[in-house]
Amino acid sequence: MSAAPLAAPKPAPAHRLPAGAVAVGLLALLLAAAGLSLSLGASGLAPWEPLLRPLSPVEAAILYDIRLPRLLLGALVGAGLAVSGALMQGLFRNPLADPGLVGVGAGAGLGAVIAIVLGGALPVAIRAATGIYLVPLFAFAGGWAAVVVLYRVASLRGQTSIATMLLAGIVLGALAGALTGILIFLADDAQLRDLTFWGLGSLAGANWLKLTAAGPILLAGLALSVPLARGLDAMALGEAVARHMGVPVERVKRGAILAVAAMTGAAVAVSGGIGFLGIVVPHILRLAVGPGHRLLLPLSALFGAALLIGADTAARLVVAPAELPIGILMALIGAPVFLWILLARRAVLEL
Amino acid sequence: MIRAGLIALLLWPALARAEGPGRVLSVGGGVTEIVYALGEEARLVGRDTTSTFPPAAAALPDVGYMRQLSPEGMLSVAPDLILLSAGAGPAETLETLGAAGVAMVTIPEGITPQAVTEKVAAVAAALGVSEKGAELNARLAAEMAAAQAAVAAEPGPAPKVLFILGNSGGRLTGAGAGTAAQAMIDLAGGENAITGFSGYKALTDEAIAAAAPDVLLVMDRGDGGASEGATEADYLAHPALAATPAGRAGAIVRMPGMFLLGFGPRTPEAITALHRALFAKAR
Repeated sequence: MSAAPLAAPKPAPAHRLPAGAVAVGLLALLLAAAGLSLSLGASGLAPWEPLLRPLSPVEAAILYDIRLPRLLLGALVGAGLAVSGALMQGLFRNPLADPGLVGVGAGAGLGAVIAIVLGGALPVAIRAATGIYLVPLFAFAGGWAAVVVLYRVASLRGQTSIATMLLAGIVLGALAGALTGILIFLADDAQLRDLTFWGLGSLAGANWLKLTAAGPILLAGLALSVPLARGLDAMALGEAVARHMGVPVERVKRGAILAVAAMTGAAVAVSGGIGFLGIVVPHILRLAVGPGHRLLLPLSALFGAALLIGADTAARLVVAPAELPIGILMALIGAPVFLWILLARRAVLEL
Repeated sequence: MIRAGLIALLLWPALARAEGPGRVLSVGGGVTEIVYALGEEARLVGRDTTSTFPPAAAALPDVGYMRQLSPEGMLSVAPDLILLSAGAGPAETLETLGAAGVAMVTIPEGITPQAVTEKVAAVAAALGVSEKGAELNARLAAEMAAAQAAVAAEPGPAPKVLFILGNSGGRLTGAGAGTAAQAMIDLAGGENAITGFSGYKALTDEAIAAAAPDVLLVMDRGDGGASEGATEADYLAHPALAATPAGRAGAIVRMPGMFLLGFGPRTPEAITALHRALFAKAR
């Protein structure tokens, strides 16, 4: 891959939709998905039933301790993953970039695998302090560790080289993959099954504690991305041009990497491997409203949240009372849709 | 006698309610098998994906794979009691269920005849039918004693048995120390041909040759259909296996996985069946 990244998608004014209408549409989609997510489930309990009759403790738990935290966590994870994708694509000026490219996902995965396979060998104090949240904590730490290493490698005299970061990310990903492989080899039967299912991703473990732990990190990442939009737009023209325009290029890069690390780390930690969202959501939105990040980032958050909530609702209905791992469903629904869009509009996308 | 039986039958629903929880969700194939063996299947309102025996269990709602359970799916069958095989999870789901106030009992797992007894006693106690559990355990103890006596009376040398968990693309996975497969081979009077590692691991061709098994033991999913995977011919065609005594003699024993490795109420029967098959093939 060359140091000068692939061109950003060219603006396609011909088919662009009015941004206001898109925003309103996505908001409606998000609300509809949230409503369905609260209303539908294996137990067929509607959210307005508390208004009509007193709920049993179990019914109350289903609505307030299972569906509600799951809905909120799904919204934040979906928004975080989609915005992470948009940020990475902006930063690398490459429409195919995603958080996986810089090794955050692999680092988080390695952290989770360490916790699953070696968790029993950790000092009792650590296990006692983390309890059942050992795996998410390690996943988050692994993602962060990957970013710290990446940043150290890619920074020289206060300058961060995007090309070096990309290469370092690929190398880190390979290293994390190899270490994960060693642990998989060491794992016993039960651990292997845990690893497999963790990798497929699921929001089934959502609860208030996970939401209060990961929610603020995801929100902070989203907040951190907002002021980056102007800088990323300028950097689409090249770093030198952006610098001449007065954009603090280094700060934008650092901010974007921090935001991606926070959001991806937290998302992977609470939901395992949910791919695809980070690539597909920004792509579809770029086709609709163009490549400007001031629209792309907030709309990605809305669309990502709506999509993940919708997919999660489907995941728990398709084979109820069992549920599908959401990563599978995401790819199963998303990939054909994405392929169709590519086929229909490849001339506009100019990949 | 008959009248007493009839009265008991008529009173049965009331008795069941008086004795213990009426709506039971069973998670884990071994646990479900024990519920049926205790004759308490009428109380079952759900099961997990691994609960495939007896075949009647398949008619119950399936709440998913035992290591990837979702709380709402489990609550949707409105259980009074959830029986969980050790290893069921994830922990977050169990925590959420606990917070919702559903009674849960974890049934220990193990790969010894003693562990079978403990599992049966734990399930029976959770269902409030400890006496039935004691009866079942007495029967199992007798069966186990008979099976072990038959094994002990076997005159020949112990056949070396290579257990193969799976055959993916010619790569064989064998069972080392601490596995249910080795425990069953030992109980049935065989000797695990694989030494030097624990758990289930991929075998190299050299390790297979060095193991020099007299008999191959493979799993049969028991449905007789497409999921059976490798056929006996596939195993015999494997170059490393073909060179072993078992490969040359075509000595392959197939058994349903849950029957062989479940360490449940069918284990004495499985030991007897495995013992017969191993020694018949080894001769």
